[in-house]
Amino acid sequence: MYKFAASITKELRLLLRDKVGLMIMFAMPVLLVLLITSIQISAFELVNNSKVKVLLCNKDKGKGSQEFLSYLNEVGRFDLINVDLTEDDRRVGDYMNDHDAFVALYIPEGFSDQITKKAEFTAGKALVEFGINESPDTLKMVKVDSLTIYFHPVLQQSLRRSIQGALKSVIQLVESKSMLNALYFSINGKPMPATFEKELFANQIGIEEKTTSHNGSRTIPNAAQHNVPAWTIFAMFFMVISLGGNIVKEKLSGSFVRLKIMPTNFIVGLLAKQLLYLMVAMSQVVVIFSMGVWLFPHIGLPALNIPHDWIALIVVSFICGLSAISYALCIGVYAKTQEQANGFGAISVVILATIGGILVPSFAMPKAFQFYMNLSPLHWCLEAYYGLFLEGGRLADIMTSVVPLLASIVALQLIAIIGLKKKNLI
Amino acid sequence: MSNLALSVNNLSFRYPGQAKDCVHDLSFEIFVGERFGLFGPNGAGKTTLMSLMVGLQKVKHGHIQVLDKDIRKDNAAIKHFIGYVPQDFAFYPELSPVENLDFFGAWSGLDKRTVKERTTYLLEVLGLSDVAHKPVKQFSGGMKRRVNLAIGVIHEPKILFLDEPTVGVDVQTRHAIIDYLKVLNAQGTTLVYTSHHLKEAEDLCERIALIDRGEMVAYDYLNQLLERHGSKDGLEELFLKLTGSAYRD
Repeated sequence: MYKFAASITKELRLLLRDKVGLMIMFAMPVLLVLLITSIQISAFELVNNSKVKVLLCNKDKGKGSQEFLSYLNEVGRFDLINVDLTEDDRRVGDYMNDHDAFVALYIPEGFSDQITKKAEFTAGKALVEFGINESPDTLKMVKVDSLTIYFHPVLQQSLRRSIQGALKSVIQLVESKSMLNALYFSINGKPMPATFEKELFANQIGIEEKTTSHNGSRTIPNAAQHNVPAWTIFAMFFMVISLGGNIVKEKLSGSFVRLKIMPTNFIVGLLAKQLLYLMVAMSQVVVIFSMGVWLFPHIGLPALNIPHDWIALIVVSFICGLSAISYALCIGVYAKTQEQANGFGAISVVILATIGGILVPSFAMPKAFQFYMNLSPLHWCLEAYYGLFLEGGRLADIMTSVVPLLASIVALQLIAIIGLKKKNLI
Repeated sequence: MSNLALSVNNLSFRYPGQAKDCVHDLSFEIFVGERFGLFGPNGAGKTTLMSLMVGLQKVKHGHIQVLDKDIRKDNAAIKHFIGYVPQDFAFYPELSPVENLDFFGAWSGLDKRTVKERTTYLLEVLGLSDVAHKPVKQFSGGMKRRVNLAIGVIHEPKILFLDEPTVGVDVQTRHAIIDYLKVLNAQGTTLVYTSHHLKEAEDLCERIALIDRGEMVAYDYLNQLLERHGSKDGLEELFLKLTGSAYRD
């Protein structure tokens, strides 16, 4: 026991003197979690919460365009700024830059008239089709001039589609209303009463938004739920700089050689090293998760909601830590110099994090990459955490992530021990 | 129990992928309590032989017995009796001498109290008490050599293997180390020693083995060897006579 305690003490002393390693393991992930979450929140708000500035040039003076703009305002996503433009105006880009707007909308002259005429034609045609009227020669198909939307080149395709979708819905509403009015007028010879019109359009079918979960809880996932576990895993794997470097130093300094001729099994040293770094991994979890729970709400970020199954969270954190340690052990054993361990270790962790879905969500990756992400232990760590954080799962629910993770730990530990044997170090 | 500290019989060793044996058919004996020198030019196989004797390399051809125990069968038990001071510094430079001795003492099988006592004694004897709590990386080459030696002897080994323990140190440190080794030997520790400082070796060693290209060239009491080969100027003359003066590396 004294040997084990002495080994732990030695590892702790080495760790506490490795200031760069400590910074990388604690300061870097804390900063990363803060920065990435803040940036994602602001990007998220830009896309989801804040109003999109739209430069509006309305050349139409009729009721149709006023109605269209009124409904557009009701959508609540657009901040309309009136400007004076001509169609295909070359100044539109300058205006957008001046007003910090990504979208401009041009409503052509006669837009309302054209909508009314189109509605009258459709209503007349409908009455003929219903057999109420005979086909009058006076009805002519009217083509409504398109609205023109200008998009800033930086605007994402998804946001363009979302804006176009909103505009189309509003146009459809205006057209439907106009057509119903025309139909009512054709049948009754008088305009539709305002109360009836209100009744017709107020009773629309709503959409209720719900997020799925294993246990039926209704914790809404937010940027913190995604980022805190993801960057905690990243931080754990970045212990490759400290632990990998520590092993290389021991090899190069000849300490391993001296230990080999001493009457103590090398497993004692290996276990002590891993136990200490497991404590480091758990400290990373405590520090980063605490920041998510208590600090985030104070700086305007969404709070991290800790899963209900505490035991599962602790078990998953231990397994993730062990996976990171096993990876660092492997790198340390096979790297010939500290530069190799640091360089290859850091770059490989970034690559594994990328293909593992830490930097970019796995669903957003090309199909080819979705196979390779299974090779990244970070992916399985992330999946296990997501199962707890986002789906409210219990340990049994995330076994599909935990089992491959455990298998990778066994494989990495074996590879490290084989490397130590091959290099005649144990 | 015999009076042999170490017995090497028909020992050969070849590194994987090499065409020739690095150590070829070596046989010699070292008695309990003696100061034995192992010499040879660079690449002669001294360090490999030392590695085989301390169990760092596996013996595949031939036999080594340490205090009547076969190194292949009883390696775990042998580890309690031997100490090794490698040529390279083998410690944690970020830790102080006390912290290094704490750790290596525990791994040598000592209890906490003994480690503390031995640490105090060794730091005193080797002149490291004043810097006992400073990181070793801040030390001079001579001080690092003394830390390296202290770690090798913390558990009072019966046989101490020293691979060039005085390389790169000043005259004062060299004398201090040699004097301490003599004290250790007087207390009963068998010394197995390699060095390129042949004057120092003459002063320390009673018997020597001279190896070249992995084979034994000479093996006897130093004074008898010098007399037999007519080397009046000492070990250096004998060394050149038996191994030639051509470059070896």
